[in-house]
Amino acid sequence: MCDTCGCNVTPGNKHLAFKPVAKGATAVSVLKGLLAKNDDQAAHNREHFDRRGILAINLMSSPGSGKTALLEATLTMLKDEFTCAVIEGDLETENDAERIRAKGVQAHQIVTGTACHLDAHLVHDALHHMTLDGVDILFIENVGNLVCPASFDLGQHLNVTLLSVTEGDDKPAKYPVMFRAADAMLLTKTDLLAVLDDFDPDKAEAHLRNLANPAPVMRLSARKDMGMDAWFTWLREQLAAQRARVAIGQSRRPAIQSDGMKYHRVTA
Amino acid sequence: MHELAVAQALVEQVDAVINQHGATQASLIRVRIGPLAGVVPDLLATAFPLAAAGSRMEHAELEFTHAPIKVHCQTCGANTKAAMNRLICGACGDWHTQVISGDELLLESVELETSPTPIR
Repeated sequence: MCDTCGCNVTPGNKHLAFKPVAKGATAVSVLKGLLAKNDDQAAHNREHFDRRGILAINLMSSPGSGKTALLEATLTMLKDEFTCAVIEGDLETENDAERIRAKGVQAHQIVTGTACHLDAHLVHDALHHMTLDGVDILFIENVGNLVCPASFDLGQHLNVTLLSVTEGDDKPAKYPVMFRAADAMLLTKTDLLAVLDDFDPDKAEAHLRNLANPAPVMRLSARKDMGMDAWFTWLREQLAAQRARVAIGQSRRPAIQSDGMKYHRVTA
Repeated sequence: MHELAVAQALVEQVDAVINQHGATQASLIRVRIGPLAGVVPDLLATAFPLAAAGSRMEHAELEFTHAPIKVHCQTCGANTKAAMNRLICGACGDWHTQVISGDELLLESVELETSPTPIR
């Protein structure tokens, strides 16, 4: 069955599979994703979540775009409705986890040291420090970085990418790998649009569409409580969708990651 | 920066291939990489010797197959080339497309040294 890792090769067909390229040398076709080990761990994490009916959301953005502020507002608002838990990723300090705990919500801080992104193994280690029973939504706040986090599956079901209006509206064009991975794009700090004349939300959305990404775009300000209802509605819908998937034994990976793989298999 | 993590994953995989085939070392490692994978080939090439130091592939050559970005249009059905931040259909201009090439990060093939004894 497997023509990607070489396990279909038997002693009987070995001479056909391997074409000698020089004396004493053999060429082996592998065709396996470089991050396969991370992806295996991510799949394992996803099983943990699915078994408990948890919706896992990976929050990504540049530093300072308001991920933690969004979480603070969200956790306050949804307190009576859902049980949430948060994994925080930062290079240093426990600050963000403390902000979350101040809201009475379980939080585990991953201190990455020098690593610029979370990977599936770091998240798995974090899960062992947490109580997952009864949790409805797990938010994973990735390291603030518009580049590296996009390449690592953590086991989440959805990617949410934030773009604050104090950044450029062409960020999706500049960081296509990140924004292509988004299942939802949040334009944050929109209360500041009134004093900024160089950020056009429509342009930001157009840049996202140029990446062939149909993800919903929500404009909000967590601090000033603007546009938050659309975000809460989306979260409720996604949790309901996750529960429906779990009920029929299915799961979901973030939108784009495996998109091209079926084509690779055909062409490989 | 994350290229070192990718290089370490590459070394682990090639090591597994070496074990699987009872080889002594790898001499050539071919990686297929697309711009949308978010990994820069030059940086990966720089990180690889660090990750491979002392391993059975430290003398291996790292070769890249560059995968061009191509999209399949769900509206008109055309397969066209696209730019990294304009993944729209080259034929009709619609953005309802699927990337069919250009986001790969694959260990494509490995050349292994299978005979530890010199050729007579």
